[in-house]
Amino acid sequence: MTRIHITKTPKCYVGGAFIRSESGRVTELRDSEGGFLANIPQCTRKDLRNAVEAAAKAGPGWAKRSAFNRGQILYRLAEMIEARGNELRDALVMGGAKGGDATREVTTAIDRIVHYAGWTDKYEQVLGSVNPVASAHFNFTVTEPVGIIGVIAPDASPLLALVSLILPAITSGNCVVALASTTQPYPSILLGEMLATSDLPGGVVNLLTGFRHELIPTFATHEHLRALSGVVNADDRKTLRLGAAESVKRVHLLKAEETIDWFADGRQGVEEIRALVEFKTTWHPVGA
Amino acid sequence: MPAPQTPISLRRLFDEIGTVDQVGIEERVAKHTTRSLKKKSKVFGLRLAVTMVDLTTLEGKDTPGKVASLCQKALCPHDEGDIPPTAAVCVYPSMVRHARKHVGGTQVKIASVATAFPSGQAPLKTRLAEVRAAVADGADEIDMVINRGAFLSGEFGLMQDEIAAVVEACGKATLKVILEVSELETYDNIRAASFLAMRVIRPGDFIKTSTGKTNSNATLGNNQVMLEAIRDHYLATGVPIAMKPAGGIRTAKQALHFLIAVKETLGDEWLNNRRYRFGASALLNDLVRQLEKERTGAYQAPWNFSEATEGY
Amino acid sequence: MPKTPSKTTAKTHPARELVFGDLWEYDPAPETADPKMKKKYDLFINGEFVPAKSGKYFPTINPADETKIADIALAGANDVDAACKAAQKAFTHVWSKTSGQERGKYLYRIARLLQDHAREFAIAETLDGGKPIKESRDFDVPMAAAHFFYHAGWADKLEFLAPGRKLSPHGVVGQVIPWNFPLLMLAWKIAPALATGNCVVLKPAETTSITALKFGEICQEAGLPKGVVNIVSGAGETGAAVINHPLTTKVAFTGSTEVGKLIMRSLAGTEKKMTMELGGKAANIVFDDAPLDQAVEGIVNGIFFNQGHVCCAGSRLLVQESVADEVLAKLKRRMAVLRVGDPMDKNTDIGAINSREQLERITALVKSGVDEGAELHQSACKLPTKGFFFRPSVFANVSMSHRIAREEIFGPVLSILTFRTPEEAVEKANNTAYGLSAGVWTDKGSRILKMSTLLKAGVVWANTYNKFDPASPFGGYKESGFGREGGKQGLLDYLKIS
Repeated sequence: MTRIHITKTPKCYVGGAFIRSESGRVTELRDSEGGFLANIPQCTRKDLRNAVEAAAKAGPGWAKRSAFNRGQILYRLAEMIEARGNELRDALVMGGAKGGDATREVTTAIDRIVHYAGWTDKYEQVLGSVNPVASAHFNFTVTEPVGIIGVIAPDASPLLALVSLILPAITSGNCVVALASTTQPYPSILLGEMLATSDLPGGVVNLLTGFRHELIPTFATHEHLRALSGVVNADDRKTLRLGAAESVKRVHLLKAEETIDWFADGRQGVEEIRALVEFKTTWHPVGA
Repeated sequence: MPAPQTPISLRRLFDEIGTVDQVGIEERVAKHTTRSLKKKSKVFGLRLAVTMVDLTTLEGKDTPGKVASLCQKALCPHDEGDIPPTAAVCVYPSMVRHARKHVGGTQVKIASVATAFPSGQAPLKTRLAEVRAAVADGADEIDMVINRGAFLSGEFGLMQDEIAAVVEACGKATLKVILEVSELETYDNIRAASFLAMRVIRPGDFIKTSTGKTNSNATLGNNQVMLEAIRDHYLATGVPIAMKPAGGIRTAKQALHFLIAVKETLGDEWLNNRRYRFGASALLNDLVRQLEKERTGAYQAPWNFSEATEGY
Repeated sequence: MPKTPSKTTAKTHPARELVFGDLWEYDPAPETADPKMKKKYDLFINGEFVPAKSGKYFPTINPADETKIADIALAGANDVDAACKAAQKAFTHVWSKTSGQERGKYLYRIARLLQDHAREFAIAETLDGGKPIKESRDFDVPMAAAHFFYHAGWADKLEFLAPGRKLSPHGVVGQVIPWNFPLLMLAWKIAPALATGNCVVLKPAETTSITALKFGEICQEAGLPKGVVNIVSGAGETGAAVINHPLTTKVAFTGSTEVGKLIMRSLAGTEKKMTMELGGKAANIVFDDAPLDQAVEGIVNGIFFNQGHVCCAGSRLLVQESVADEVLAKLKRRMAVLRVGDPMDKNTDIGAINSREQLERITALVKSGVDEGAELHQSACKLPTKGFFFRPSVFANVSMSHRIAREEIFGPVLSILTFRTPEEAVEKANNTAYGLSAGVWTDKGSRILKMSTLLKAGVVWANTYNKFDPASPFGGYKESGFGREGGKQGLLDYLKIS
């Protein structure tokens, strides 16, 4: 007699816990042949609000961690994903990716995390400065995290794009509330499970699944989200920017209508970190 | 006046009187130099400055003759233009009796440096004897030096006790306490020393920047530190202390900057020679020269105003 | 109008107060050099001064005496279009082909020419805007020249801004600047834009167009290629035309948060890059161990510099309770010797409010402060009978909920609040949608660094205030805007990174 298979109930990773949408709604996830895979939570604006609250709780502690510590935690995250890389690969294949492409997406995502793990204690030395002012003052510029970043991931390269958008944000001490690919949310569900077993404090990264059109208006207007980063179409860009205007939010959006090569080296680096930091300049007199 | 309990450390004193930020106070005094004085206000300032000069000669080669001509200059700085006499002449103790012959009984006071000026490195007994001798010879005012060594080694009680002893030796003579700011080095130290001194001297006594014998003397910065100390002491105790910057003030323009500092820091009640003096020698010539320019409308050649100039 | 205290005399003060009377008054010391101004200013488009196509002009007045100084051409949408096209043409055919080193040499020339004409620019600035000649002479104009010098040197070194990445200019940059530092804001905008290889269409503020248009003369004198810099004067509609023009792919704005949001909304459907330098309500925090006299000087500089028409003005003074009375007493004494009046007088510390509109806004907000129960102190100086003037004003007993503690007044009005602990100070300081600047005064080094870290502001002045330098990035957090101006950080906002 064959054993009855235990199916997994996918849950979103929010505030370090696994939640189902407060709405109770789910979307059926099917494989490329149309077979039922799982019910994916269909998050609402209230889930987004809760995720922002969770990020707000985690934020100050995360930002205060030493750069060295953040680097260790991000590296640990890479270790956890490396160990469960096959699961992610299978998820990508289920979503329609070819085996080789899926493997490459997973390994690139892991390498990307390692890349940013190495940046945590270096970007400040690249982006910050001591400024030679003409008066008798010591003047220096340092970066600070912006706060809570809203991330909207594209459907293409659902794992790698999501990781590429999240990592530069958290490297500098920001927290993230991310909406995963609508068509291929399952890698984000797995990513959440891996985040949970890494040393990343709960709430630093919050992963939602659901419909973009339902959540984008809230991403746009939630004032506690201090920056938006992601890949969206022209209408959504306008919606997000209109909402952003109300609280002078920082907006860094890529065009969904253009093909983005997430594998390219140009999609990672210190300029991505720069886009999500504030610069603070401090003056102090030099005297005895 | 009983001396208040002396703080045991500079830190405790600063907790009480506050510190000074060097860059900040130098920015403040830079604003004094941007004031623009025209016409009547300029003449008023220049004449006021003349009346505040302690016309000084403090040289090893001083003679009765040099002191005589100094006294003449103090009484009548210029033969034209109705220029008022200076506040005082300032000489070594041995010259006091010579000065007395010329300015005794006039409104020009006789000030004498004493207390082993400029180093102060003589036994207290010797220093006090010098003060008493100068007063006995007719000095109206005594310019003493503080014991910088005591201050810098933290013996504030010793420093204050010595000043108090000089106050007593002065009798009716006005005392000017020279902090020798260049040896104190920092504005914090100047503020601290100002307070320590002010707490043991009498209303109307002076604190003074410098001997004029070191490489750095009165500046707008240390003048401002001391004016603010005087202000804070006055507002806290009601005791008005007078101020004398000395050394390095050579031009009328500089003197006006110092007076603007007085006007904007201590106000009208310090704009007189009972509360403010300039310790200077060359300054008087330039003040007179600028006054003559204002009176006649023509820029003046230097040789009409100075015996010392090279005549170039 | 709020009531004013009686004139400072010995009699009305208790014993042991200082007397700042009229024993020695400064005579008027007016700046008299010729500002070489024209009666009529045209638009600067494609290297030439041209009238607006509509033929319309608007008057600009001297806020110190309300007399008309000159007529300024009013640029319409078609003039802006011409300016943008001229800029685009200059970019395509000339400027994008000019090497960094050559661009830098133009900027050096401009810097030198500004120094050569410093006096006339200072006087024109003061006549048109009302700021004291002392400030335009010693701050605005030299600092404007310094910005061109600084950025000139960057023009051939841009590759060091983002090593390994390809940098390219946006093309035509639309810039809209405010009336508080007309020439200096122009320099903050134009110098980095040109250094990075962009061409510019700039709209000065309606009430202060003259030095911007005079700057057109400097561009001519410098031989700057035609169309690289275009100046279009006018009001809000002109600014909107600049910002919304399809050719301006990058927009830089300095002004109020309200207008900044308006611009962001109007550009929401476009891919234009933006830099926003908006309003502020800075906290200036004084601890009990601070060097108090220098703190008071910083407070004065923080709120009365340029009549308080400063986005980063230290308009909320947070004083530790134990020294609050002492700080207020020192502040009042310092205010007693501030000279308010004719901006052209070299001894004037506080000049004219920039416009009647601004004066009315300040007056209304001060009235709200009185109505809400805050305690008003104003200095007793004489005010001129003509022109727009406002007494330096300090409110004590202000609470966080008062309008005067929350809204940007943009005038010489300080609100004093107290705190007991560093945490309370930070909480109060950060309790605002703004985040442009902050001040901290304390003798304790480690506390400075802690406070600087905790304060949500783009610029933190520790034991100083209102200091600016071309090498020092300036710009805000939160609703005070985004992007930086100055320093290496400011340059990248004018470049595309790929």
